[in-house]
Amino acid sequence: MSTQSYFPVPPGVGMEENFLSLDDILLSHERLPVRTECSFPRLGFLERSSDAHDIPEGTKMELPLWLSKGLYERKRKVLSVDLPKVYKEGWRTVFTADPCVVDLHKMGPYYYGLGSQILHFDSPENSDIAQALLQTFIGRFRRTMDSSQNAYNEDTSALVERLDSLEKALFR
Amino acid sequence: MLALFQEDGLRQVLQEMEALYEQNQADVNEAKSFGRSDLIPSIKLRHCCLLRNQRCITAYLYDRLLRIRALRWEYGSVLPANVRFHMSAEEVQWFGQYKKSLASFMRSLGEGEGLDITQDIKPPKSLYIQVRCLKDHGEFEIEDGTVILLKKNSQHFLPRWKCEQLIRQGVLEHVVS
Repeated sequence: MSTQSYFPVPPGVGMEENFLSLDDILLSHERLPVRTECSFPRLGFLERSSDAHDIPEGTKMELPLWLSKGLYERKRKVLSVDLPKVYKEGWRTVFTADPCVVDLHKMGPYYYGLGSQILHFDSPENSDIAQALLQTFIGRFRRTMDSSQNAYNEDTSALVERLDSLEKALFR
Repeated sequence: MLALFQEDGLRQVLQEMEALYEQNQADVNEAKSFGRSDLIPSIKLRHCCLLRNQRCITAYLYDRLLRIRALRWEYGSVLPANVRFHMSAEEVQWFGQYKKSLASFMRSLGEGEGLDITQDIKPPKSLYIQVRCLKDHGEFEIEDGTVILLKKNSQHFLPRWKCEQLIRQGVLEHVVS
């Protein structure tokens, strides 16, 4: 059935999420490597690798974005969030070298969305990450738009499956 | 378009929220009474979980309302039984109220004569349009009694409002010259 009248809440732009956006909710489900900077009493059951009653300070674990954002405080008494590989220097160089070559669906699928959210955690590499996100997007944008205009009768699935979710939405 | 209302899932989430809340109440009291400020990070973590559950539930219910609202525009004011079966009692009630609001709005248009805005997808430029038939659809009767045979690839000049539904269904295609 046609869905011309259904207008779902779109994802937020930049560093803001839309509270009611299902895309942003899925995006914020992604896990990030973190290190606890304080102990979390009575929550040991969350950390599967040990049987401890509490989560001690200095534990390395993975937490979903929504929880990391909720607990994070600038003064770093609670959590420090590490960068996932895709946003580190190594991968950033790959992206800026040839942005069109990468399969962003495999690397994400929320490469831009998650990258924008990671900026909340005050990494010293923040400005480099932001630059990389922007350059990658610009580099791929022209290619994506050209293909979408020319894709009238062709099978586009091979192209679309390598796009991140933001690019996919643009493509449509 | 609209899946079955997840009553059980919703109940489980609410139960989890109650349990988290109670644990936090207990820890807050202990923190206050015995100066256990070390419990605060855990209290905050449970609070984040409560907020997350609240967000998910609200977004779920809201998205369903957006879909149900779309049903009024796509299917009309009487929903097929299999769709109603997927809705909760509150959603059915909401649909009824939405229908009423829309109807009284439409009645107020066109200088009191009323205008059915759910018929046309875009504001009409003319009353008749050129259409091409995309698949065989058999006989089709228009007001003056004439019967048109909708055969694949045939073209016709027909009253716009009669074609809208067939266009939406993919049977006819508006030919823009």
